[in-house]
Amino acid sequence: MRFLWVERCVRLFFLLCAFGSVAVTIGIVASLIGEALRFFSRVSPIDFLFGLTWAPYTLPTGEVSGFGAIPLFTGTALITLVAMAVAIPCGTMIAVYLSEYATSSVRQIFKPLLETLAGIPTLVYGFFAATTLAPILREIAGFFQISIASESALNAGLVMGIMILPYMSSLCEDALHRLPTSLREGSMGLGATSSETIVRVLLPAAFPNLMAAFLLSLSRAIGETMIVVMAAGLAANLTFNPLEAVTTVTVQIVNLLTGEQEFDNAKTLAAFGLGFVLFILTLFLNILALYGIKRYKRIYG
Amino acid sequence: MTLKINVNHLNLFYGNKQALFDVSLGFPEFQTTALIGPSGCGKSSFLRCLNRMNDIIPNAHVDGQVLLDDKDIYAPSVDVVELRTHVGMVFQKPNPFPRSIYENVAYGPRIHSLFKSKADLDQIVEKSLVRAGLWEEVKDRLYQPATRLSGGQQQRLCIARAIAVNPEVILMDEPCSALDPIATAKVEELIDELRERFTIVIVTHNLQQAARVSQQTAFFHSGYLVEAGETGALFTIPQDARTQGYITGRYG
Repeated sequence: MRFLWVERCVRLFFLLCAFGSVAVTIGIVASLIGEALRFFSRVSPIDFLFGLTWAPYTLPTGEVSGFGAIPLFTGTALITLVAMAVAIPCGTMIAVYLSEYATSSVRQIFKPLLETLAGIPTLVYGFFAATTLAPILREIAGFFQISIASESALNAGLVMGIMILPYMSSLCEDALHRLPTSLREGSMGLGATSSETIVRVLLPAAFPNLMAAFLLSLSRAIGETMIVVMAAGLAANLTFNPLEAVTTVTVQIVNLLTGEQEFDNAKTLAAFGLGFVLFILTLFLNILALYGIKRYKRIYG
Repeated sequence: MTLKINVNHLNLFYGNKQALFDVSLGFPEFQTTALIGPSGCGKSSFLRCLNRMNDIIPNAHVDGQVLLDDKDIYAPSVDVVELRTHVGMVFQKPNPFPRSIYENVAYGPRIHSLFKSKADLDQIVEKSLVRAGLWEEVKDRLYQPATRLSGGQQQRLCIARAIAVNPEVILMDEPCSALDPIATAKVEELIDELRERFTIVIVTHNLQQAARVSQQTAFFHSGYLVEAGETGALFTIPQDARTQGYITGRYG
């Protein structure tokens, strides 16, 4: 009887732990939605989502202007695009090397190194972007007689790409390494070389998991703040030129809330509006990644 | 009777561990040779020496001679990739690529550019599937994922895939161990038909299977080739006490 009683308590305790974490998550989302709704009662969602000018300002009369978030989203998209252009090819190639070509001793050195890189605070990457990469880019641009903003989307995107590289290559390496040896042998047994096996069999077979790795890294890049604050600047330019300064959703959230104590005006509440859209976006990407894997596994699993 | 493959004094090492000891065995052309023996006796390792699949394993090394049509396949001038087009392989577990049925069979011809036109490739695919006895079952769904086929169909697809590159020898590593009895019967029947065109080497745990499909049987025990000979003779009057013990089920 004593044991039964202990069992019940333990079970209840763990149930509470699980329930607690879920409850906190729901609470966070609820507070986000609540504040976002307060914001959308002051600024129309259509003006917010499709407006082309970002210069949030509340007139003394209570009128609001400049809450068009499009420049922020294009800025985020531009920087993320540059980051993915760096991280996807490099990440995949690093993964292929580590999983298929590296001897186990090389892998034992490289994998922990990559994982260390993943543990560096993003602030440090921000320093690197601002103090090292920016001057180099300026030199290169100067050589080709191109003008480049000191805080450019290119600069931030490149460093962000480097930042997500360890995370991405680690995920991709797992995806490749998990493939059954029988696939490799089947291909080699037909007289395929290693490279043919990788390109024609292994990468297609790992495709859904690679895709998931890309999408997870993408959500990470979209949510990244520190690098952009330091390297991309605050100017909300509507541009697709990576050489110009842009700003991102996350940077503007920081900017809107800095120094403010009261969350009662449209300007501070706008941060919640932005946060809400960002949340929906990354949630959608993560669901897409999970759904894609499931679907592919149903067909080929 | 010509020997398609002739193995002379083969030793195989994984690092410092020796897996095969001085094995010599000839494989007659257009016959099926069964390799039998208890688990870990080296029969699969031996099979993998015949198309140099052991090359993939780090630290594996071989000395001795493996002659395919009187040419040593371990000679430095030999192109392993080309060798494997002559000596195909079917594995223990069906391992179709996660692509369509058609693409699985077309894989080998594609990487070796064995066709001139799309119609040519279509024909190779059809012929291979017909020979593997799978054509009738899949001809209406060639572009569906191969992984949707049953285990037995997948294994015959793997055989079709191996045939498609036009090998001379087909190595089979326990091809029926993951199949049910009906699928096994089909594959065995297929092996008997394939013998007209190919020299076949099959590793099997199933003694009845060895007796049914092979003309020559070789018995391995802890890395040594104990005894080899005509299948009927080996099963009825084994020369070695270890062979007798194994085939009468005293151990295994």
